[in-house]
Amino acid sequence: MSSMTKPIATTRSATGIPTGKLAVWWVVGSEIVIFGGLLASYVMHRLGHPEWAEYASHTNTWFGGANTFVLLTSSLFAVLAHHAAEHGDGKKAAKWLLGTCAGGFVFLCIKAVEWTIEIQHGYTITANGFWSFYYTAAGIHALHVIAGCIIMLIIARQAWKGKELQRVELIGIYWHFVDIVWIFLFPLLYIAK
Amino acid sequence: MAEHQEHADEHGQAYYVKIWAVLLVLLIVSILGPILAPYMEVGFLKAWMITLMTAFGIAVVKAYLVAANFMHLKIEKRYISYLLATMLMLMLLFFAGVAPDVMKHEGQNWQNVAAQTEVERALEAEGAAAAHGEHAGEHPGGEH
Repeated sequence: MSSMTKPIATTRSATGIPTGKLAVWWVVGSEIVIFGGLLASYVMHRLGHPEWAEYASHTNTWFGGANTFVLLTSSLFAVLAHHAAEHGDGKKAAKWLLGTCAGGFVFLCIKAVEWTIEIQHGYTITANGFWSFYYTAAGIHALHVIAGCIIMLIIARQAWKGKELQRVELIGIYWHFVDIVWIFLFPLLYIAK
Repeated sequence: MAEHQEHADEHGQAYYVKIWAVLLVLLIVSILGPILAPYMEVGFLKAWMITLMTAFGIAVVKAYLVAANFMHLKIEKRYISYLLATMLMLMLLFFAGVAPDVMKHEGQNWQNVAAQTEVERALEAEGAAAAHGEHAGEHPGGEH
């Protein structure tokens, strides 16, 4: 295969959906089971352990709320990037993607400060079941944010050159999903006390 | 694809900003809800119900708004929604299968001694810590 031609699967859309996009939907589908299993396990343990209410009361709603605001805003940037890409404006799409990426970076910074404070207070991943779930769920979510940012930088670079503009939408779908996971993590870990 | 293009043009950037603004309002309500809940108890409406509604009810609405408008599930082929719904059902199936064992600590012919002991120990420690004005559960190993 020369570098100029694309694999057949890339351009084919027998399902009525471009193959790349369908692949991202499958990623999202399998992520639902990954995060869903984790969160369902958390919920059943939380309901079965009355003593966790006290542990959970030490999370900081304002950190969680600020991060929800950051992710919701970065999702807006991602959809605006998609909008620009649909109109063939690769440079504008790249700029919005960088904005989205900046949102991811701010999210991780807030998380770092939050976790530092909590760990200093002795709330570590081994403190008890609640904090184990807290760090595992938010940690896997943060890994998804990091992965999304890296992919977004690569796609922004391509979009800037006007190449592969359809990918802007694909990373957007993934990013919105990561946003939705946080939308559920926020009440589960911060609000329900 | 053509249908998609038309739809996006019809909405434009202002539409997305509007959805974002609604999401922010919902976020504020979900933070304020549990704080104000104790003052809003009316009749059968208890504080914990308000907390549940504002926290999780709003989370579902927010997730729907993001999925429908930002992920464009509204105008995506229908079977993608079915695919995602199937995954959610699998999650519920998992919960239904496992939750009884985790949430209950004893049954007719069995007893989860480890869980019962831990619940008892932790609640006692919390009670003792409350009496001393400290937080429980920070150092379960008894480091201090």
